[in-house]
Amino acid sequence: MTTATPQTHVSPTTPSGIDPRGPRFGAALTVIALVIALLAGSNVLGTAVIAWQTLVFALGAFVGLSAQPYGVLYRKVVRPRLGPPAELEDPAPPRFAQLVGFLFAVVGLISYLLGATVVGQVAIGLALAAAFLNAAFNFCLGCEIYLVARRLRS
Amino acid sequence: MSTGLGILVVVLIAATAFGLYRRFTDGHIKGVDSVPDAPTHDGEVLSAADIGAPLGERATLVQFSTAFCQPCRAARRTLGEVTGMVEGVTHVEIDAEAHLDLVRRLDVMRTPTILVLDSTGRIRRRAVGAPRTADVVAALGDVID
Repeated sequence: MTTATPQTHVSPTTPSGIDPRGPRFGAALTVIALVIALLAGSNVLGTAVIAWQTLVFALGAFVGLSAQPYGVLYRKVVRPRLGPPAELEDPAPPRFAQLVGFLFAVVGLISYLLGATVVGQVAIGLALAAAFLNAAFNFCLGCEIYLVARRLRS
Repeated sequence: MSTGLGILVVVLIAATAFGLYRRFTDGHIKGVDSVPDAPTHDGEVLSAADIGAPLGERATLVQFSTAFCQPCRAARRTLGEVTGMVEGVTHVEIDAEAHLDLVRRLDVMRTPTILVLDSTGRIRRRAVGAPRTADVVAALGDVID
């Protein structure tokens, strides 16, 4: 298994990758959760939903995609109804996307808890943009921001 | 509620526009001058030392990749296929984060970025995003004399 830690070499072709439809399914559920959190604002519902989504991102980013609740749902309920995937994919790129989602969601959650509703909504809106692009366009967040972040950092 | 709705509408419109733009421009192989987000590197010559591998006899396909890049894999497969088809062409994959000096020098902003070098190592074409096989073959046709 490839981990999310930056590697010296370009990601190897992992023989046991993941079904690429799993992260996309997860992105669609993430879009729904973020839309609810965005529209509800910092009331009990909005705060509970963004807290849940923050937990989902944290599990995906820090434990692994196999522990991410939407991934579990996909494997247990959706995957058995579909045919096998055409090919498997490296889990590192979607795991990186979970980390980015986590960073925005955590800002959203803290803002909601502090009553800074608009700040929270902007952060959730940015997470929503990424999740929507992933669900609708199979967008690769790691391609866009990882190298730019590395260029800035060193 | 209304602030949230406003943000929702803006996000969905902007993300859709961006996603469509990327879908239509990704992987297009362009003359180095016409790549909008890259300053001109036309005429710049890369050596075997720069790319860490010998240049192809007739042309070299240089691919910048990172670990968090799904389409890098598709690009690797496409370029590998092309080097199997066109004689004298090699594919060199570079781990972008291990070669940040080269990345900065060539203004590589995202992965995969593919450069098509002629036999002398001069940069002739550039693509950002995984290109299609036919486009790579066509680009090589232009670059190989």
